[in-house]
Amino acid sequence: MNGAVGVRGDLWLNAAVLARGLEIAAVAGGWTCLMGASGVGKSTLGRMVAGLPVAARLEGVLRVPEGRVALMGQSDQLLPWASALANVTLGARLRGARPDVARARALLADLGLAGMEDRRPAALSGGQRQRVALARTLIEDCPVVVLDEPFSALDAATRAAMQDLAARALAGRTVILITHDPLEAARLGDRAYLIGAAGSRALPLPPGPVPRPLDAPEVLAAQAALFAALSGTGAP
Amino acid sequence: MLARRGAGFAVLPLVVLALWQAVVWATGVPPFILPGPGRVGAALLAHAPMLAEHAGFTLANLAMGLAVGVALGVVTALNLALSPVARRLMRPLLVVAQAVPVFALAPVVTLWLGYGAPSKVVMVALVVYFPVTSVLFDALMRPPPALEDLARMMRARPLPELMLIRLPHALPALGSGLRLAAVQAPFAVIIGEWVGSSRGLGHLMLMANGRGQTDLMFAALMVLAAMGVALFAGAGLVQRALEQGRP
Repeated sequence: MNGAVGVRGDLWLNAAVLARGLEIAAVAGGWTCLMGASGVGKSTLGRMVAGLPVAARLEGVLRVPEGRVALMGQSDQLLPWASALANVTLGARLRGARPDVARARALLADLGLAGMEDRRPAALSGGQRQRVALARTLIEDCPVVVLDEPFSALDAATRAAMQDLAARALAGRTVILITHDPLEAARLGDRAYLIGAAGSRALPLPPGPVPRPLDAPEVLAAQAALFAALSGTGAP
Repeated sequence: MLARRGAGFAVLPLVVLALWQAVVWATGVPPFILPGPGRVGAALLAHAPMLAEHAGFTLANLAMGLAVGVALGVVTALNLALSPVARRLMRPLLVVAQAVPVFALAPVVTLWLGYGAPSKVVMVALVVYFPVTSVLFDALMRPPPALEDLARMMRARPLPELMLIRLPHALPALGSGLRLAAVQAPFAVIIGEWVGSSRGLGHLMLMANGRGQTDLMFAALMVLAAMGVALFAGAGLVQRALEQGRP
């Protein structure tokens, strides 16, 4: 079930190099965070891993294990006209298979959405919509999941709750988390990379299994260190 | 907002009627050129059964033509969205067909199909078919990029993707197409009747005109206008239903 995801090489957009000398090896069955300034190609890397079309090209090696990859983005990508349940069972129906409605209901209930199966996205809060999107991702059973700032539009408390929920629900899968939030990386990352035009480098993270407690001293210290590292790349 | 629009619909005809009567009084125009609303109203009542019969013929052809045109348009658009081969074959035809004024085909259609109902149904269907097809097809080919990504990641098969993502997303556009069709359809049916018919409101207007029965001609026009407004309002309702009641 675990897959080895890796990226090595230079990322180009037309004639310009976005990031040179990337060396990224995701933790199989764990969480790998990608951080860095906007426009450096983090989302592009995420889309490449997920097999989606991108404008940029990678001169190097992209390793993605067999099987499908799920990508969950900042926008929940829910069908606005379909109920929560219909959104969760969408994948099977799109493949012409019989959806596992019982499992979809169980997943929604597990994510705290029991009783909301028939609501459309417009009748759900931002956090609830992201949980529907998470249930839709989980039911696909993809060994590799790319999360592209999925929680960045949520308020702080909802975000922390979603991080716990996602860490529990995605345990055992290879997760690539693209994030701008140092605290998120400090809580969820087994490994973290800072991506810049000059390449990628590993960032220090606290020890221990994820999700790490929000208020643990080592988590807060790591957050500060990550913030400093990120700020360093912001300067020219 | 709705109530105000309703009030507008109620007041506007009264204003028009008053202006109309004022023009008749002020200019002293003879009734065979412009009859006053009173005369037209009297003609409406006096010829009610005949008007109803002709209106029934016109309305039946209108409804049938709309149904056929919309159904064929939807089926065509879905097939074009699904099949690249069909797209290559049909796209030039659609472009050319939109450049040709379909109304100009009325004499040919009448020549081939005769003076009865079929030529009118075909005229309406032709006029409705092309806008419905092209509006729906365009919308089917432009799903939101995020949903396209989703379908790709989920390894969607073409037909379920069409029915579960593209079509629901395109339904509001189909609603706009229907409104367009509802505006065009009455033209088509009347032109069909003018070119050759022995029944229908268009035919009645020509006959009344020939006999100098201007009041009857106006009465027929009134019925036709009411039909057009009802059709447009109906299309509006369908459009709203399409936007809200997606599967």
